[in-house]
Amino acid sequence: MRDITLGQYFPSDSVIHRLDPRVKILSLIAYIVLIFCTFNFVSLALMAAVVLLIVLLSKVPLKMYLKSLKVIIVIVVITSLLNLFYGTGEPIFQWGFIKVTWEGIKNAIFVCVRIICLILSSSVLTFTTSPTDLTDALERLMKPLKIFHVKVHEIAMMMTIALRFVPTLLEETDKIMAAQKARGADMESGNLITRIKALVPILVPLFVSAFRRAYELAVAMECRCYRGGEGRTRMKQLHLANRDYISIVFTLLVIAGVILLNIFFKFAV
Amino acid sequence: MSLLSVKDVSFVYSPKTPFQHTAVENVSFDVNQGDFIGIIGHTGSGKSTLVQMLNGLLKPTSGSIKLDGIDIWDKPKEIRKIRFRVGLVFQYPEYQLFEETVEKDISFGPMNMGLSEEEIKERVRNAAQFVGLDTELLQKSPFDLSGGEKRRAAIAGVIAMDPDILILDEPCAGLDPLGRDVLLAQIYRYHKQRGNTVLFVSHSMEDVAAVCDKALVMNHSRLEMYDTCDRIFSQADRLSTMGLRVPQITAIIDNLIAAGFPFHQGILTVENAVHDITEYMKKEGRL
Repeated sequence: MRDITLGQYFPSDSVIHRLDPRVKILSLIAYIVLIFCTFNFVSLALMAAVVLLIVLLSKVPLKMYLKSLKVIIVIVVITSLLNLFYGTGEPIFQWGFIKVTWEGIKNAIFVCVRIICLILSSSVLTFTTSPTDLTDALERLMKPLKIFHVKVHEIAMMMTIALRFVPTLLEETDKIMAAQKARGADMESGNLITRIKALVPILVPLFVSAFRRAYELAVAMECRCYRGGEGRTRMKQLHLANRDYISIVFTLLVIAGVILLNIFFKFAV
Repeated sequence: MSLLSVKDVSFVYSPKTPFQHTAVENVSFDVNQGDFIGIIGHTGSGKSTLVQMLNGLLKPTSGSIKLDGIDIWDKPKEIRKIRFRVGLVFQYPEYQLFEETVEKDISFGPMNMGLSEEEIKERVRNAAQFVGLDTELLQKSPFDLSGGEKRRAAIAGVIAMDPDILILDEPCAGLDPLGRDVLLAQIYRYHKQRGNTVLFVSHSMEDVAAVCDKALVMNHSRLEMYDTCDRIFSQADRLSTMGLRVPQITAIIDNLIAAGFPFHQGILTVENAVHDITEYMKKEGRL
């Protein structure tokens, strides 16, 4: 239960950790958009190099990144294979209805590298940014939406609470599983239907306790006079530092680089 | 031969990671058929980890646990059979209730054992009786019960498996004084009537002194003492270095002895103290 790494904060003291979370989020969005705007191998290589550089800078053990990649390895393999076999153009290899084309190979590599870059880059954000920083930054970034009567503060608060309770609920799940196992619950054997049925003794108590916790939290917040975001000050003010400006410039350079490479090597591949 | 034999057992959480933490270290002890043993120790001393190893929920990092002379991990696939023989009631067991009716919830354990329907009915009725749950409550939803009733229903769910060894992890935590006394008396009666072995984890020295024959003291992941209650509670100084204390009444009698009164050491319950004090006063002619 505890090996869920996707979206887990890994405290450390690197440049990436100290960056302003707003800059990190915006850079990540820019990066993700760019990843899908790479049209040749050179710009794709640039994007891969950028993410590797950031991964190294983050001082988070590579093992952690590998763990988060392990979760999606099946998706990568399946989509690459699909792309490999459904390519159009001149076949270089054909056996029955299966044909492999240059186009297909190229697409497969592209998809594979793109997904890996996608996961690595978003892992950098979640590994190096604490959940509270993350939601804080989101709240600040979404502030302009207030004009459209979007309840920005409430959304951010809900996200903070949800993230805060992920480890708590995991721990609770462990406890309930142990308690039901002590009463002879069998969760490891049987066919799909018996296994799904075996989840009932875990899910029901888990939901009950989640509602109990939600209720208690609501009361506790009211006791401390929580009245929503109006006029609320914050303990940690976000300020842009020099390193943030540097990384903004870096992001802009990468954007320019990809655009230029896309134009320059248009006919290369 | 002893019923349960624990030998050189250690348990390490998340080994070979930065979070590595030894919760139980080289613990050895024997439990005989019919023992009523209190397990005491301050928070984080390894009590809960220890009891979870006894019924095979956690596998010891090293060492062996033998039930009737057979290592419980001999056949890892049949570990469920061990869990039926060593029943474990967790802390706050009411959080594990899930069925539509109390009866169905208590039946969960016996159902997993694969018993016949009549046998299950019989066991549910007996278990409910042992913990003092009224028969009409059996058809109610467990979520409509009061806190104390929920606790009883959950304990009945383990008793219904009729385990050879019943382990209770702080069964009285969070109950009101009357509730604890009643629950404690019911567990004691269960032990006396069935002759089952009971292991009782508690923070209350009074509770342990009142019902247990022996006590096992855990301190910093190690087994510090394992002896009869009167011998353990006659070592007030040693207990206080571990952040524990003796029952209040024992402390009072100890102080009276120190002041020169001729009482016996190792008085654990108020009843015994009252008895000794009246005897003494009669002898002195003041009563």
